[in-house]
Amino acid sequence: MNTESMWYIFINACLVNNFVLAYFLGICPFLGVSGKLDTASKMGAAVTFVMLISSMCAYGIHALLVAVNAPFLQLISYIVVIASTVQLVEMFIRKMSPALFRALGIFLPLITTNCAILGLALFQTNKGYDFLQSLVYALGAGAGFTLALVLMAGLREQLGFTEAPKVVRGTVITLLIAGILSLTFMGFSGLGN
Amino acid sequence: MNGQQTIQASQEAGSRKMLIAMVGIGVMCALLIVLTYEGTSERISRLRAQALQEAIFRVVPDISSTRAFQLTAQGEFTEPAVPDPTRPQIFAGYNDAGQLKGFAIEASGQGYADVIRILYGYDPVREEIVGFYVLESKETPGLGDKIEKDVTFLENFNGLDVSLDETDEALRQDVVTVKSGTKSNPWEIDGITGATISSRAIGNIINESAAVILPKIKAEMNLFSDQQ
Amino acid sequence: MNSKIQHSDLPDQSMDTFLKGLWKENPVFVQVLGMCPVLAVSNTAINALAMGLATAFVLLMSNVLVSSLRNFIPKQVRIASYILIIATFVTMTDYAIQAISVDLHKSLGAFISLIVVNCLILSRAEAFASKNTVGKSMLDALGMGFGFVIALFCLGAVREILGNGTLFNLRVFPEGFQAWIVMILPAGGFFTLAIWLLVFNLYKERKERHEH
Repeated sequence: MNTESMWYIFINACLVNNFVLAYFLGICPFLGVSGKLDTASKMGAAVTFVMLISSMCAYGIHALLVAVNAPFLQLISYIVVIASTVQLVEMFIRKMSPALFRALGIFLPLITTNCAILGLALFQTNKGYDFLQSLVYALGAGAGFTLALVLMAGLREQLGFTEAPKVVRGTVITLLIAGILSLTFMGFSGLGN
Repeated sequence: MNGQQTIQASQEAGSRKMLIAMVGIGVMCALLIVLTYEGTSERISRLRAQALQEAIFRVVPDISSTRAFQLTAQGEFTEPAVPDPTRPQIFAGYNDAGQLKGFAIEASGQGYADVIRILYGYDPVREEIVGFYVLESKETPGLGDKIEKDVTFLENFNGLDVSLDETDEALRQDVVTVKSGTKSNPWEIDGITGATISSRAIGNIINESAAVILPKIKAEMNLFSDQQ
Repeated sequence: MNSKIQHSDLPDQSMDTFLKGLWKENPVFVQVLGMCPVLAVSNTAINALAMGLATAFVLLMSNVLVSSLRNFIPKQVRIASYILIIATFVTMTDYAIQAISVDLHKSLGAFISLIVVNCLILSRAEAFASKNTVGKSMLDALGMGFGFVIALFCLGAVREILGNGTLFNLRVFPEGFQAWIVMILPAGGFFTLAIWLLVFNLYKERKERHEH
């Protein structure tokens, strides 16, 4: 049942079923890091990067688990492998490119507990994507996450100039905006047809 | 006591302790998971089979037993003990007397939000679709999910014409979804207002699946004729 | 070893431990923790309740285990151990739910597995269970768990009543009621949570004003 075209998978993960606005994955960084446009785009890039890597890992683990017929170890191995991969990537970047590390570094540990990453691994397995499809799915999900984060940050920067009542400031108004964004993204449904 | 020695000793003890702790926890976790899996797997597979059975009985009327087939990539029917999850299953249904009454065919395709998986019933004698059931869909609640609940829409699948043409290799007429209330031919599906794309997707899914599978079924009819 | 400090085991304090999770430090409405699964499956009251109970169960079991092993787990590998323990209980819950009802499992989908990354559970293990006795950790988990269940139920009930006109599949509004479909859509999750938080903020502000 994995006959979907690459283009459709990308559009689906990025816009139609946006991880943040339709699946509510990665809400914590979405609420926490969306204050500034600059940090938001860097966070988005870091997440996309980790998504690509963990999608590859998840594909490998799934193949291995199917081979040894141990589906019950899926979740525990996904989380352990993703967490350690993020650690390795962090060390690798620090050694190879200090400049990139300075840009992404502080976000990497945060990403380990980002549900969007684990969610991606689980969804791609559920959907039965092959290796290439998984990669495109990860790319789409990352792009969608970045898009949502950047949009939110842009709106919140503007919001700083308004005089919102004290009770709605902070999380409440962010959630309301997220709801409106989510409604807007509903308009993308059916794009794959 | 030399300070440095103590630190080194405690570090060594620390890493050994770390190793023991991680291995201990790992073993314990693995044990717990395996125990739960062993304890529940039988009931889970029974519940799953039961749910599928109910769906099959719903789309093909008057049957009491089934045989599960799959179409291989070479276009041949096999009866695998463990079905290949990437290929749709085809169930032949038999009545109490062991006569073939119809088929329940699994199909899937792109809906409005995500992939929709359905099961439809096929009567080979009348060459009609006789039942329809949504196995899995993420269509918008309140709008797209009418394909599961809307009574007039479901009425479409009580005698939808899917007869084959003279060559027995293709459908005489493609199954199409038309605008709500404009159905005028037996091979048309009356769409749903407010769920246009979802209902059209159902038409496409059935058409694609039927065009491939129905000619094969007709060609291999004797394969299914008796109950085993 | 930094266990058994600060907290004494007086009986009235254990009541406090339980109550703080329920109300004063409610994980959803006050701490805004563990949002991801909360919003995704709170579109009906049943789903919300099932998800809440599953989370509370995992929270309770992992809190108990972490606290009973707190002297055994070295500090350097504690987070890794916690994640292993939590993932184990989540897998067990996943199979248990499948064994109870296939339909329920289908509607909760992959979100049961995502309990693993619910920040609430890890933060309770780290901030409370690793420093307190088994009994207190259990109370803490029960309080936080109940608080979580109640919060999820509040969200799910509002969304189902307005979005579908029903509660637990029983009609609340008469047939003719035009359901607010937006409430069952993802956007409705954001709106409902925002409004609950607003209610809490208003309440807090009023209380502060009274105290002055």
